[in-house]
Amino acid sequence: MSRRRISLRQELPLLVWLVLVWGALWQDFSPGNLLFGALLAVLVARIFYLPPVELSGRFNILYAVPFALRFLGRVAAASVEVMYLAAVRGPRVINAVVAVPLRSHQDLMVTATGHVISLIPGSLVVEVDRSTSTLYLHALNVSSPEEVESLRKEVRSIEAGLIRIMGTREELEAIRQEAAA
Amino acid sequence: MNPEASVVDNVIDTVSAVFLVVGALMSLAAAVGLLRFPDLLSRMHAATKPQVLGLFLLLAAIGLQLRSWWVWPVLLVAWIFQLLTVPISAHMVGRAGYRTKHLHRELLSSDELEAVVQKAAQSARDESSRDEASDGGRRD
Repeated sequence: MSRRRISLRQELPLLVWLVLVWGALWQDFSPGNLLFGALLAVLVARIFYLPPVELSGRFNILYAVPFALRFLGRVAAASVEVMYLAAVRGPRVINAVVAVPLRSHQDLMVTATGHVISLIPGSLVVEVDRSTSTLYLHALNVSSPEEVESLRKEVRSIEAGLIRIMGTREELEAIRQEAAA
Repeated sequence: MNPEASVVDNVIDTVSAVFLVVGALMSLAAAVGLLRFPDLLSRMHAATKPQVLGLFLLLAAIGLQLRSWWVWPVLLVAWIFQLLTVPISAHMVGRAGYRTKHLHRELLSSDELEAVVQKAAQSARDESSRDEASDGGRRD
């Protein structure tokens, strides 16, 4: 298998992340330690070669911060909900397996959406169809078709939020048109 | 000690105490869910998710109590790795559980995956029987 060369620019986010982890683990962000960390990061990235993650090249921090806060809030609210369900409903809980077709066909975007969905308690990715980028979710406490529909809408709005943060320009354009329509 | 610092200390102590208790409560919720939910898939919800918030609260309490900025990056990295790995383990167990039918169908209000899986299984069966037929043809 031939190795596709990836540019430093594409690799940079990974290297920066590795250096930050290195600094965090040593609890030392002095220049010398970071330099050594950078050296190790390059070495590790060369030896343990992984297929490059295809980044879209844009990242909007203005959308990212409110998204992160909303995410934390939702995790908190839904954790309490799962706690309530576990204590009160218990064995009589009604679930559903829901198919959600996503807009984006980027691996990174499908993965990110799946992660966010999985982390919000109450939904769990059971299966991913990569060719049609469809997520199959197992959702807790969903008993009517209306609730299935609202879950689907929620997942698609989370995907829209992620596309606004780091989707490609074409996807962003599609979201804008959808919102305008 | 000046009184102002002790007020700040009190607030920090109170906040971290609340965080610790709520965080422990979240882990308790996970345990209760594990016991009470009926099948593997709904248990995975309880087992993997409330403790993400629980861990966040516990780590935040540790960070507040240690009073040094250098621990925050470590705690953040620990939490981020939790965020990255929890959905994957939940997905792998959930996927295996669905395929090996460790779920109560009567508790599902709708299942949009079943038809897809059966169609895939059908086409796989067709394929293998076709292969066998052509293999048989060659052997003759």
